[in-house]
Amino acid sequence: MTHSIKKQSMGRKIVTYFFLLLGVVFAAFPVVWLISMSMRPNGEVFATPPSVIPKVLTLGAYAKIFASPEKIRFFINSYVVALIVTACTLFIAMLTAYSFSRFTFKGKKLINMLIIGTQTVPPISLMIPYFGMMVAYRLYDTYFALIFTYLALTLPYAILMMTGFFNTLPKALDEAVLIDGGSRLLTLFRVIVPISLPGIVSTGLYTFLLSWNEFLFALTLTKSNEMATVPIGIQLLMGQHTYEWNEMMAMSFLGSLPIMILFLIFQRYFLAGMSAGSVKS
Amino acid sequence: MDNVITNPDPQFVGLAHYKEVLSDAIFRSSVLHTLFFAFFSVLFHLILGMLFANLLNADINPSLRAVLRVIFIFPWLFTPAIIAIIWRLILDPLGIVNYILASIGAISGVVEWLSNEKTALLVLTFINIWNGYPFYMVSLLAGLQGVPNQQYEAALIDGANGRQRFLFITIPHLMPIILSLSILDFIWTMQVFPLIWMTTGGGPGHATEVMATYTYKLTFLQFEFSKASASAMVILLLSMLMSIFYVRQQRIR
Repeated sequence: MTHSIKKQSMGRKIVTYFFLLLGVVFAAFPVVWLISMSMRPNGEVFATPPSVIPKVLTLGAYAKIFASPEKIRFFINSYVVALIVTACTLFIAMLTAYSFSRFTFKGKKLINMLIIGTQTVPPISLMIPYFGMMVAYRLYDTYFALIFTYLALTLPYAILMMTGFFNTLPKALDEAVLIDGGSRLLTLFRVIVPISLPGIVSTGLYTFLLSWNEFLFALTLTKSNEMATVPIGIQLLMGQHTYEWNEMMAMSFLGSLPIMILFLIFQRYFLAGMSAGSVKS
Repeated sequence: MDNVITNPDPQFVGLAHYKEVLSDAIFRSSVLHTLFFAFFSVLFHLILGMLFANLLNADINPSLRAVLRVIFIFPWLFTPAIIAIIWRLILDPLGIVNYILASIGAISGVVEWLSNEKTALLVLTFINIWNGYPFYMVSLLAGLQGVPNQQYEAALIDGANGRQRFLFITIPHLMPIILSLSILDFIWTMQVFPLIWMTTGGGPGHATEVMATYTYKLTFLQFEFSKASASAMVILLLSMLMSIFYVRQQRIR
């Protein structure tokens, strides 16, 4: 990992650690502040002098959220949508990636280019057509509206990533199963998928992250509070009680928790996914 | 909205809506804001990402490195909506930033960072820089660890100093990563919506209006669906122009 100079001079070391410390403050301060504010009474949010450790430590803001069915609903919506989208994305991407990786067919290059290209289509230019479509098909303000649109956002990346993973596996694996009389689907689900599990995990994580964070379509394709996901719920609350800062922060913390937990458990896969987007092709 | 989605008798107007949008001063300024926002976000994402990647690649304790890497990635893990409200709290006139700046004497009185026309766009760009650099850091760190050691050793024997080694070995090795990261990030940043919508909503006035908030407002506040579609098409064309570079870059490697 450390190349070039094995032993750094003392001065250099001090500079390195100084910048590392500065980096920690820069990266972590807003996060620490968020958690600190969520654990104090609202009256203490703008107390002077400000302190990171609350004078009165309370989980009252969290209790209030858990006591409100309306707010719990935001979380349920987010989980339902993100989990269904992740499951569907993985299933469809596996099949597509398998055919990209194992077959040659007419227009393969073109389709591949189109899939790379769709990653760069701005969501805002899809907003009006999707809105019109969902209203016309009477899917407006339902889970389906969100699930269908999110699939369109997550699939291109998932397909590219998984094709990359499948390409690293030798075709001899498939042939062994096919010679024994197995079908293509059997090959895919019994041999290819289990081997490429790490790749599938990072694709799944990325998909979950994308659907959990999505804002524009959640805002435009749903209307009622019963359909609001966490980001939209936060926006609704911002309009209602602008001054309940501790509750807003608790809500934000709970809204970030799934991603943070997933990240801490599956760090390695997350990092692989993050660099795959730009480094690999 | 009935008249646009279910109009039984639509009328063809040619490019009239495009003309209208392109000659709208607010649209033009929103394009400039978007480009400003995207350009400086990408530039500082790259600078900070490179700095953090090099710091993590320095000669430090491996378990400390692992912990620091997690901390440095934190900003990337937050939902834009949540980032928006964290920073609204931090930048509140009564908030911590004003308190610190006032106590070291950098400002006098209260600065309303997000509702001041002069500071709002700068502050939003800063928030976006904070949010996005980890993506670069992770990719560049992976790239740094792939630079062959012998090249540094050879350069060391030839008497190259640290800066020369960085400029002539590290940078050329990372160039493909830097290019695709920057192009992709530029395209994504041009599409910014939630961060701006949840902090300033394009205001004060139209000081932080970007193409996405402009289009959104046309659609859902003024119900000008056809004009909004024209504006969305302009954004699409700009993005497609950029993505030609991206697809090319992806194919070369």
